[in-house]
Amino acid sequence: MIRPHDSVIVHTLARVFTPIIQLFALYVLIHGHDSPGGGFQAGTLFAASIILSILAFGIQDSQTVLERRAIILGGIGILLYAGIGLLPLILGAEFLNYGELPIPGMEASARRHWGILGIEIGVTIAVAATAVSIFYSLSGRGEGEGK
Amino acid sequence: MTLFDDYLLLTLAVVMALGAVFVRDLLSGVLILAAYSFFLALLWAGLGAVDVAFTEAVVGAGLSTVFFLMALFLTSHQEAVRKQLRVRIIALGSLGILGSLLLFGSVDLPVVGDPKSLPNKHISSNYLRKSLEETDTPNVVTAVLADYRGFDTLGEATVIFTAGVACWMLLRRRDDSAT
Amino acid sequence: MADIFFYRPHFVAFIILFLLGVYIMVVNLNLVKKLIGMYLMQTSIILFFITLAVKKDSTIPILLSSATAVTPEAYANPLPHVLMLTAIVVGVSTLGVSLAMVIALYRQYNTLEEDQILGKMQ
Repeated sequence: MIRPHDSVIVHTLARVFTPIIQLFALYVLIHGHDSPGGGFQAGTLFAASIILSILAFGIQDSQTVLERRAIILGGIGILLYAGIGLLPLILGAEFLNYGELPIPGMEASARRHWGILGIEIGVTIAVAATAVSIFYSLSGRGEGEGK
Repeated sequence: MTLFDDYLLLTLAVVMALGAVFVRDLLSGVLILAAYSFFLALLWAGLGAVDVAFTEAVVGAGLSTVFFLMALFLTSHQEAVRKQLRVRIIALGSLGILGSLLLFGSVDLPVVGDPKSLPNKHISSNYLRKSLEETDTPNVVTAVLADYRGFDTLGEATVIFTAGVACWMLLRRRDDSAT
Repeated sequence: MADIFFYRPHFVAFIILFLLGVYIMVVNLNLVKKLIGMYLMQTSIILFFITLAVKKDSTIPILLSSATAVTPEAYANPLPHVLMLTAIVVGVSTLGVSLAMVIALYRQYNTLEEDQILGKMQ
């Protein structure tokens, strides 16, 4: 169990920085098309903001529900990625060919643009949830009742 | 980025790596490893690999240091002092031979910075030429990662998910199992 | 052969870092120290690939958003960057699982030294 930090400075800074880091993670994800960035960096930044708030405010023993559910979000991210890839397969084209996604009114290059953004969102969710889940596992929450 | 900058950052990175492995206390070793990752990220950003530098700074210097520190927090962080002279001499000898063979073989590698070297021809120049008109994405690394090589990225995301599941299974509570 | 130290110091640094990682993994008996060696090996290989992707007088592989023709010699090679992104993420996943195994071993045998664990397992 991680005890909350007992310094006012750490509490205040964590309270200020957690939404700033999350906003920056969202920025990096969306601007992955035009500047360095993308799904993996954004997911890890998001996980870093959650880890910062856990380290500053502690986790109590009553929160085991969250740590069991964190890995499920990781699976949902992978399903989003594979689902966007599966849609063209159902409609007759190849797997992961975003040019054939069923979005009306766009040409093939714009459809690929939106397909890339969709799978980057899936990757972000998967990486963020998995990093938080590994953090929970490594923090000793799974202490057994004895050997 | 001039060659002098490359020299400086490479020397700093090698010094940090030597410091991380020859320090007795594991906690200090892990923190020096984080500094090593940052110097490598600076070097890669200078060599033009900005996406890789960003990922290394966030994932390598951030996340892996946090994982190391959590593991050291749950275990001990002192390393026992050993002698083991025979193993060290054999290892140094064979790795010295291997290192000199590698140095001898690296003479044939392409000159650093040659635009006509073999890795820079064929398909990567195709990616650079066609990426903007085919995918509407100025960042070629994102286009190649998510579109042209999207299957590998699906495998990579599955690997990290599997690692999360494996960590959970290795360290979960055992209060309801009959083992 | 002396020009490798002057014009291509990246390959020399790669060899030093990689062999240092191998040496630590082979010689050291502490499990976490071995994982530090594994991390050194992974990052040195990434350095090697990025060095192969450098082009002289080139810029980062992000195209300016105009529709003129692109000369591939003005941009760095993006393909090794993509492969190395995958390598970094897979490396940190492997590190997480290895650290989980180290913690589980410590819980069972209460030590991190390999020969003491092997002795207690008999």
